Amino acid sequence: MRQVFARAISGLAVIGLVAGAAACNSSSDTGDSASGGNCGYKLAYFGALTGSSANLGVNIEQGFELAINQYNEKKGSDCITVAKFDSQGAPEVAPGVARQLVADKKILGIVGPPFSGESEAADPIFEEAGIPTISPSATRTSLASNGWKTFHRAVANDDSQGPAAAAYIKDTLKATKVFVADDQSAYGAGLADIVKQKLGTAVVGTDKTEADGKQTDFSAVVQKVVSSGANVFFYGGYYQNAGLIRKQLTAANWKGTLLGGDGMKDAGLAKAAGNAAAVGTIVTCPCSPPEKAGGTFVADYKAKWGVDAGTYSDVAYDAANIFLQGIDAGNTTAEKMNTYLSTVNYQGIANTYKFTETGELDPSLLKVWTFKFDATGNQVADQEVKVS
Amino acid sequence: MDFSGLIQDFGPLTITGLAQGAIIALFALGYTLVYGVLRLINFAHSEVFLLGSYACLVVWGFFGLDQNSATPSVIAVIGFLLLGLVAAIVVSGLTALGVELVAYRPLRRRNAPPLAFLITAIGASLFISETVGVITQRNIKAVPPLIRPADVFVIGNMHVTNLQILIIVLALVMMFVLDRFINRSRLGRGIRAVAQNPDSAALMGVNKSRVIALVFLLGGLMAGIAAVMYDLKIGVTRFDAGFLLGIEAFTAAVLGGIGNLRGALLGGLLLGVLQNYAAGLFGTQWLHAASFVLLVLILLVRPTGLLGESLGRARA
Amino acid sequence: MSESVAATSAKKSWRGNGGVRGWYGRQSLVVRVVLGIVFAVLAVLLPYVGDVPVIGPQIITVGIDWPSALFNMSYYVLLALGLNVVVGFAGLLDLGYVGFFAVGAYTVALFTSPDSVLHTEWKWVAAIPVALAVTMVSGLILGWPTLRLRGDYLAIVTLGFAEIIRIFATSSETLRGDRGFSDLPHPPGDYSDGKAIFGVADATPYYWLGLAVIIVVIFAVRNLDRSRVGRSWLAIREDEEAAEIMGVRTIKYKLWAFAIGAFIGGLGGVMFAGQQGFMNSQTFQLQFSILVLAGVVMGGSGNIFGAILGGALISYIPDRLRGIEDPIWHTDLFGFRFAIFGAVIIAIMIFRPQGLIPSRRRAMELKDREKEVAPQ
Repeated sequence: MRQVFARAISGLAVIGLVAGAAACNSSSDTGDSASGGNCGYKLAYFGALTGSSANLGVNIEQGFELAINQYNEKKGSDCITVAKFDSQGAPEVAPGVARQLVADKKILGIVGPPFSGESEAADPIFEEAGIPTISPSATRTSLASNGWKTFHRAVANDDSQGPAAAAYIKDTLKATKVFVADDQSAYGAGLADIVKQKLGTAVVGTDKTEADGKQTDFSAVVQKVVSSGANVFFYGGYYQNAGLIRKQLTAANWKGTLLGGDGMKDAGLAKAAGNAAAVGTIVTCPCSPPEKAGGTFVADYKAKWGVDAGTYSDVAYDAANIFLQGIDAGNTTAEKMNTYLSTVNYQGIANTYKFTETGELDPSLLKVWTFKFDATGNQVADQEVKVS
Repeated sequence: MDFSGLIQDFGPLTITGLAQGAIIALFALGYTLVYGVLRLINFAHSEVFLLGSYACLVVWGFFGLDQNSATPSVIAVIGFLLLGLVAAIVVSGLTALGVELVAYRPLRRRNAPPLAFLITAIGASLFISETVGVITQRNIKAVPPLIRPADVFVIGNMHVTNLQILIIVLALVMMFVLDRFINRSRLGRGIRAVAQNPDSAALMGVNKSRVIALVFLLGGLMAGIAAVMYDLKIGVTRFDAGFLLGIEAFTAAVLGGIGNLRGALLGGLLLGVLQNYAAGLFGTQWLHAASFVLLVLILLVRPTGLLGESLGRARA
Repeated sequence: MSESVAATSAKKSWRGNGGVRGWYGRQSLVVRVVLGIVFAVLAVLLPYVGDVPVIGPQIITVGIDWPSALFNMSYYVLLALGLNVVVGFAGLLDLGYVGFFAVGAYTVALFTSPDSVLHTEWKWVAAIPVALAVTMVSGLILGWPTLRLRGDYLAIVTLGFAEIIRIFATSSETLRGDRGFSDLPHPPGDYSDGKAIFGVADATPYYWLGLAVIIVVIFAVRNLDRSRVGRSWLAIREDEEAAEIMGVRTIKYKLWAFAIGAFIGGLGGVMFAGQQGFMNSQTFQLQFSILVLAGVVMGGSGNIFGAILGGALISYIPDRLRGIEDPIWHTDLFGFRFAIFGAVIIAIMIFRPQGLIPSRRRAMELKDREKEVAPQ
C-alpha cells in the first residue's frame, strides 16, 4: 500500500511540475498597445544570460536594456519592447534560439551575439531572415568576411587592438621583458598572438591557461612569470581569470604590471583580485572614456542596476541607441533598418559609429584608449594610444 | 617542451604543487571514505566542499571582511581562521548528512542498484551547485586577505610561504587524526567492520545506518577544512568551484586506491605536484590532461590504484 | 469500498500480466506493426504539434524554436541509445561518452570545413563513413586498455578520456580550439524551387533526418540485444567471472559494446555537425556526458524505449523551461533549469530506482533486491 501511495505522489509531483511550468508561460506578445508613432516594435538582445559566460552577457544586456528604458521613459510609454534571447554563449545552443528570434516579426534589430563562436553559428540565420545585428563584442576578424549584409560590429576587431597594446608596452611602459599568456579563447589567443608578434624579442616567456571557470590554480603560470624576470605581463583573456592571476601573482610577490585587452576592462577584475592587488593593472580598449562624451551613462547605469557598468556595457548602450535612432527616423522594417545602418553616423558614449560595407567600424574613426585600475577598483582613463 | 624551465622552477613548482595537493587530498578523503563503506562514488561530495567554501566567506563577511580589507592583527587572524573553519566544517558536515539523507537513504531502503545512487548523487550535485549559481548570479566571491603570504624560508628560488606551510601541516595533521580515529576508536572499528562486510557487521550489532551517516559526516568535515584552505590559497570561489576541484580530488582518490585513506593523501600530493610539473613542461593548458594521463597509466599497471582499496584493512 | 478492492485486484492482474508491455507482446504481428507505424507517424508530425488546440501550446518550447528543440532531442536520444548499449546492456559504466560524440563531430569538421588543415572540403555525406570508422576505432582504443578495470575505475578512466579529448580539442592547433570550424556543409538535397532542404532557417528537416536515423538505430540495437551478442552482454553484466567460465568471450563482447556505443555516439556527432554549420571545443563539456548518463538511467537503463524517453527528457525539460517566468521573482526559469532538473532526477530515482520505463529483467531484479533488504 505504501508503495502505491508513493507512486501516486511521484506521479502527481511530475504532473504538477509540468502543469505548473505550462501554466505560467510568459506570452511574448504583450506589446500590442502601440501608442502611435513608431511604437510597438521590439529590439532584441541575443547572447548569454546564463551559463559560464553569463557575466559578460549580462553586462551587455543591461547596457542594452538601459538605453531602451531611457527611450521609453522619454516617450512616456512602453514604446519599444525589450526581447531577451539567452544563447548561453554556446555555439550549439545559438541556432535554436536564433530561429525562435527570427520567428518574431516585430523585432527590428539585434544587439549581439557577444561572442565570435556563437556569431558564427547564429548569424547565418539572422542573415537569411534579414534582421540586422550589431555585435558589441565579437572581435574575430573573419566574421566580417563572410559576406553577411546584416552583420555589424560596434567594436574594433582583433587586428586593431593588439597592435595598440603592443605599442603601449613598447612606447609608454618601455618594457624590455614581457611575459605573454592567454586563455585559449578565440578572443584571448588572437590578441596575445598579435602582441607576441609585434613585441618580438621583448617576449621572455609565454604560456596558455584554460578558460574562465575551468582553472583556478595558476601557480605554474605565476612561477613562470616570476622566473622569467618579466616586469610586464600581457594576458589575453577575460577579467575573472585575470583577477585571479593578478591576486596569485601578488601573493607570490611579483611587482610588475599586468596588462590586457578590453575583456579585462571590468570591475570584476578588482573584485577578484582585491583593490590592493589590482591597482595599476592596465587594460586597452578600442573605445573612448564615457566621461569624454559627457552624459550620465555611468551614474544612470549604477542607479538602474546597482552595479557598475562592466565590459562592453557602454558599447551595447550605444548599439541600442543606434537602433532607436533608426526607429525614430521611421525605419520600421528590418530591411529598412539594415539600409539605415549602412548610412549611420552616430556619436555614442564609447565611440563614433560609422560602418563600412562589411559591417566593420570605419577604421578612420577608431580610437584605442588605455585604462588603469585605481586604488578603489575603478578603471580610470589613462591615455589614447596611437599606433605608429 | 620546456625542460630547462622545468628544472629551473623545480623547487617552486614542487612546493606550490604540494600545497594544492594537500587541499586535493583532504577533499579526496570524502570520496574515499564513502566509497570504502558503500562502494559508491559520491558525486555530490563536490558540493559539500562548495558550500563549505562559501560558509567561511559568509562568516567573515559578517565581520565586515572583504577582499579589500586590511589584514587584521595576528590574534584576530587566528580567531577569524578558527571561526571560518568552524563555519565551513559545520556547513559541509551538515550538507554531507543532508545528501546522505535525501539522495542515499531512500534508495538504500529499497536496495536500489548502484547506478541509481550515482544518478541521485549527480542530481543532488546539480541541484546544489546550480542553486548557488542562481543565488550568486554566477559571479565570483572573493576572499579577504586574512593571511598575507610571507616567506618563512627560502631555498634557492623556492620561496616557502606561511600559507603553504599552514595548508600542508594542517592536511597532514587532519590525516593523522582521521587515521587514528578509524584505526583506534570504537566508532572507527564500526566503520572498518561495515567496510569489510556490511552484513556480518550488522549481525555483530553494528548500526549500519549510523556508520554510514558517520562516514558522510567525516568526509564533510575534511571537505570543510579543505574548502577554507582553498579559499585562502586561490582567493575566490564560484558556484562551479566544487565540481572543478572535485574531479581532481576524485582522480586523486582513485590514483591512490579508492577506499584507502593513505592512498588519498598520496594520490592528492602526487597529483598536485605532477600537475605543476606538467604545466611547467608542456604549458599550463595541459595541467588537467596530465592528471588524467597519469591516472590511466597508473591504473593500467595497478588496476586498483597505487595502494589498493582497503578501508577495511586500514591497519598498517 | 468493494469497488476499490475490485479496482486494486484488476490493477494487480493487469500488472501481473505484464502491464502495457505484456499486452503488446500478446498482440499479433499485424497489430504490433500498425502500432509501431502509428508511433512513427506521430513522431514525424511532432514539429506541428503546436497547431493542436489546447494541448499543443503546452507542449512546445517557447524560448527556443520548437523544431530546433526537437532536433536537439533527436541527437540526445541517439546518444542515449548508444550509451544504453554500453551501460544498460553490457553494464560498463561510461562517464565520458561525450568523447565519442566529439570524435564524430570533429572528424566531419576536419574533412569538410575550409578551416581544416586537411583542406579536403568534402561533402557532408562523404565524411560520414570516415567519421563513423574513426569513432569506432576510438571506441576500441578506449575499450582495450580499460578491459581490466571494473565498475567505478572504469567510470573515472572513461571520464578522464573524455576530458583528455576536450582539452586536446581546446589546446591543439589542428582541432582549432575555441576558434572552431566554420562553414561546415549541411546535408545535401534541394526542393524543386532550388532552395536547399537542409538550410539554416528551418530545423524541421534536420529533425526528420534525426528521427530516421533513430528508427534505424532502434531496429539495429534491438536485434543486437536479442542476438548472441546481447545475451553475452547480459551474462557479462550479471556476473563477469561466471560468464567467462561459461565460455563467453568477455573481452570480445566488451569491445563490441564499446565499439557499437561509440559508433552510435559518433552518429550523433555527425548529425550535430551537419546541422550546426559551426562548431568549436566549447560544446564537448563533461557535464554533457553526465547528463546523458542521467538520462539513460532515469529512463530505464537496459530498455531501449526507456533510454529514448530519458534522452528526450534531458533535452526537453531544460528547453521547455526556457522563456518561462517564475511567479515569484519574475526571472526566466531557464536560469533555474539545472537546479530544477537536479531535483527532478532525485525524485524520479527515489520513486522509480529502476527508471521510468525499466527493462523487465531489471525491474524483476529490483523486486528481488527489495526483498533482501534487512528491516531497518
